[in-house]
Formats: sequence, C-alpha cells, structure tokens
Amino acid sequence: MSRPPDDPSDRRRFLRIVVQSAGGFFFAGCLADAEDGGPPAPPGGTAYDWNKFYWAYAVDTDRCIGCGSCMRACRTENLVPEGFYRTWVERYEIDADDKAHVDIALGRSASFDRDALPPAAGRRKAFFVPKLCNHCKNSVCSQVCPVGASYQTKDGVVLVDEQHCVGCAYCVQACPYATRFINPHKHVADKCTFCYHRITVGLPPACVLVCPTKARMYGNLKDRKDELQAILHRRRYMLLKPELGTNPKCYYLGLDLEVV
Amino acid sequence: MEGFVFPNEQNVVWTVMIVLYPYITGLVAGAFVVSSLYHLFGRDEIRPVARFSLGAAFVFLLFAPLPLLVHLGHPERAFNIMITPNFSSAMAGFGYIYTAYLLLVGIEIWFIFRDDMIRRADGRGFWRLVARVALLNDLRATEASHATDRRIIRFLAGLGIPMACLLHGYVGFLFGSIKANPWWSTPLMFVIFIFSAIVSGIAVLIFHYMLIARINRWKIDQACVRSLGRFLWGFMIIAVSLEVLEVVSIAYKQSEEWEILARLIEDRLFFSYIILQFLVFSLVPFLLLGLNALFRFRDAVSNAILWIASVMLLVQVLLMRWNVVIGGQLVSKSYRGFTSYMPGVFEREGLAVAVVIFTIPFGLLYVFHRFVPLFPPEAMRPTTPAERPAPSQADLH
Repeated sequence: MSRPPDDPSDRRRFLRIVVQSAGGFFFAGCLADAEDGGPPAPPGGTAYDWNKFYWAYAVDTDRCIGCGSCMRACRTENLVPEGFYRTWVERYEIDADDKAHVDIALGRSASFDRDALPPAAGRRKAFFVPKLCNHCKNSVCSQVCPVGASYQTKDGVVLVDEQHCVGCAYCVQACPYATRFINPHKHVADKCTFCYHRITVGLPPACVLVCPTKARMYGNLKDRKDELQAILHRRRYMLLKPELGTNPKCYYLGLDLEVV
Repeated sequence: MEGFVFPNEQNVVWTVMIVLYPYITGLVAGAFVVSSLYHLFGRDEIRPVARFSLGAAFVFLLFAPLPLLVHLGHPERAFNIMITPNFSSAMAGFGYIYTAYLLLVGIEIWFIFRDDMIRRADGRGFWRLVARVALLNDLRATEASHATDRRIIRFLAGLGIPMACLLHGYVGFLFGSIKANPWWSTPLMFVIFIFSAIVSGIAVLIFHYMLIARINRWKIDQACVRSLGRFLWGFMIIAVSLEVLEVVSIAYKQSEEWEILARLIEDRLFFSYIILQFLVFSLVPFLLLGLNALFRFRDAVSNAILWIASVMLLVQVLLMRWNVVIGGQLVSKSYRGFTSYMPGVFEREGLAVAVVIFTIPFGLLYVFHRFVPLFPPEAMRPTTPAERPAPSQADLH
C-alpha cells in the first residue's frame, strides 16, 4: 500500500457514504409516503370518485329517543370491542334547581339505567344527545399523529391506518370529544369511520340506517341537492366545543347549552 | 370514577411509563447542563462531577426511549416516527431530536474520555478491545490533538445546552399543546419542564455523587457540592414559582375550566399535589437549601442537608410529572367528572417494570466507570486520617 496507515481519507469516504445513503433512504421514505391514491373501487361496483364527495353528519337532538339502536348497530357493523364506543347516546335531565344530571347508555344492550336519575317530579326538561367522531375539518387527532396514521381523506372523513399506527395514543389525548380509544385487540387507535366502507358504495352508515326517528343524518356537502344541505340551510345548528377551532363536520340541531 | 365521564375515558391511556419518560429525559437535560457549567461556563469548582454528569446524561439518554417502547401498542413500528414522520405533529420531532442529542452527547463523551480510552487500549483483556473499537484503533495523542479536543468539547457543550432545552422543552410542549386537556394546555408547560429538568438533574448528581463517595470512602469535595447546592436552590425556586404561577393564573382568570380544575386540585390531587408536591417536597428542600446557602454549617451537617434536599427534590420532580401526566387524564373532557388510575405492580406498564427501567442506567453507569473513570483522581481521594489532605481552598473562604 502506498497510502500511509493513518490516512484519514478512507474514513472520510466511509462517513460520506454512510451519510449519503441514510439521506437517500429518508428521502425515498418521504416520497413513498406521498403517493396520493383514492380508495379502491368496490368489486363489481362503479368506481367511487372521492373528489365528488365531502361527507358530513347531522344530529337532531329533538328527535332522539335514546333507544340505543345506533350503538348496537355500530358495534355489530364495526366489531367494536366490549367496553369501548365509536358512538354513544347521552341522557340529560335538568332538575328543579337547573342542575344537569347526565348519564349514558352502556354495555352491549346500550340501555339506560332507569334508577340512575332524580325523580321525575322535579324535572324541568330532559333530552338525549347522540355522540360520535366529529370528523373535524381541522382535526387535532390527525395533526398530532406522529406517523401520519391518522389522516383526513379527500372526501372529508378522518380515518386511522391500522397497519401503520404505532399505538402511542397521542390522538386519544388530543381529541376534545373523547371519541377515540386504543383497540384492546389490535393495539391501535380506533374510532368512528362514518362507516366509510358503506358510504363509499352508496349505503348509509349503520347508525343512520337503523335510527327509527331519523335523529341521525348524513350527506354530501358537495352535492347541492343533498338533503342534509337543505336541512343545514333551513335549520339553526350548533357545533360541539366550537371555541377549540376544530371545525367539526357533525352538526347538532337543537343543542342545549349543557351539552359539551 | 366520579360524575359523568365519556365512555371511552374509563381507562387512562398514558400510564406510569409516560410519567417515567419525561422524568428520565429531565435527568438527562439537567445532568448535561451541570456538565456544561464546567466545560462551557468555567465553573471550575464542579470539576469533580463534570465527567460524571456527562456519563449520567448519556446512560439516562440511552434508556429514555425504553418506557415509550413499553407503552407503544406496536413497538415494532416505532421507527415509523422517523421513516414517515408527520411534521404537523409535535411528537414527530422526537426521533430526530433524540437521535441528534444522543449523537451530540456520545461525541462529546468520546472526546472527553479519549485519553482514558487510549490508556485502556494499551492495557489488556476485554476493555482493551472495547477501547480500540471505540477509538477506531487510532491511539495518537499530541498537544495539538488535545487542543483540538478541547475546542470541540467547548463547542459541543455550548451546542448541547439549546439541544437539551429542545429535548426536554419538547416534552413539555407535547403536553402544553393539547388544547383538549385543560390541565395541560398552557404555554408555560414548556418552560416549567425545562426548569424542573435542571432541578432533577442537579439533584440526581448530588445524590449519586455523595452516595458513591460514601460507599467508596472518598472525601466529598465541599466546594463542588456547596456550589451545586446553591445552583439547586436557585433553579428550584424558579421551577416551583412557575408551577405555582401556572395554577394561580388559571384560578384568577376563573375561566370555564377552572371549575373542574379546582375540584381536581382540591379533591383528586389534594394529597399528591398540594400536600406532597408543594408543602412537603418543595417547601422543605427550599428551606433546607436556603439555610445551607445562607449559613455555614459543619461539612457533615451541610452534606446531610444537601443530600436530603436532593433526594426530596428528586421525589418532587417525579411527583410533578405524575400530577401533570396522570392528573391531566383524570379530568373528563366532559368537564363533569373524573376517572381514576392506580398502576398495577406486575403488569406490562406497571411499577415493577418502571423501577427496573429506572434502575438499569445506574448499573450501566457503574459499568461505564469500570471502563473509564467517571471521576478525576482528586475526587477519588480516601478519607482515612493518614491520607486526609490539608483543608482545600473552599474550606478556607
């Protein structure tokens, strides 16, 4: 060898190669992630063009009778694990002192406890409020997901890529509506998907389908003739925790001040 | 559980592991700041613990991600955070900040311990091999190379301070930026975390240095520990003031969330927050360190005071992490109730695992010391009467 044994150029070249290949892998990783493809076309069905849709949801709290059908349907349709909820129904009772008593229909039967509330004698008003993921336009959950596993689709739905989620639960902390949970079997974040597998083939979400009083509605905000749009143009509505700037796409008709 | 909580809030998702993680990174950041006091700011009196503090920062840093991995639902996907980072997420910075800091501390250690490793490389056995691999078999050391080493060490020590603030401030930001959580959501969280980190870092060094000196019957360097004690006093005053300021400002503003937070403090966290974190583990060390800084006690008394105050402040910072991380999750996002949490002992994210994770770095530090001495020779002088040196400069002033 003509090169002296302590020549540092070998080491420098080695370090340069290491740095360059690390940079290359990183860049390639970023590119691989940036691919933009819509959901696959349903087998045998017409291709779904997500540019033509922007999904939203509305809840008419005057209509809800607290039957819990939506909760049971959701559990069956989406295999929601026991003890966790993609949607639920809250019961509010305002007593004679204007104090709110709130409870929830729990369990597989999704039924309310008849004895949990104060006697009906001093009741001023009572109502039910269904809750679900608000699919916010400015969703905090997808903002804080460190790996991009929580994301917004082009048609306005917030989803979780369960093949990519690391299960850190930062999104669970960040969601102001507590609609997310860590699936105890899959160990990833889980939440309402608006029944994305159904709405993209022209079927309503399970909860909307089974609601006997039409308290739950869904629709496409890009379609001028859509029924939901007509309702939102006609009725007054409110959002949950609007002060947080999340811009939910779940609109509440007849919402009481007590509801958060 | 108490009052109304949303149905998915019945489990606390961030457990004792997420309490431990900011605690460990805090120790890292604090210990690094101490090492920089010597290497950068010329506080020569803390030379006895300068190398030790950097070693401690390094071993704690190595174990900082472990509680996170234990906590993750899919630890095998952990590298997604670097392969497909979502840059709008505060957490996405973790992989890069952590790696950069690990590199920085690792390189600084390499330069600081280079001479010792060269000596090891001339020896025999296993450590000879380790030293030769670490040195890339380059055993040259000249006056010029030492001068270069010193320049690089100074540069890294300087760069390391903003990096340490970034590493730990980032953890505070993770909590402070969650607008959904009224107990976390404050820009002060970032600053509080940095100062409490420095407190815990100085405290762990005093605690550990005195313990090691006691076990090995070394003479404790009074100038060093008294100086560290004064720094500890100063930084704890800032940290605790900020912690109080945060709550006072929410209380005074009487905004919507205060109603539930007042109940949290008065009821759920009364014991761990008011009694333990503030009244016992902040007030007592404050008085002890204050007395020690203002009055001149005998060395043995002063050392005992410093050691007790350090242990108490280590507990104080741990309590603070607990009250932030767990306390914040106890409040329901309905603002109408509380959930509850009690860690198990032998479960995956239980106390036993937490204790093991926290203990390993101390063991590793011992192995480190077997390889290259973590203390300069003058810090390892015995206390036997025959060898006891004349009173040092510090004892005379």
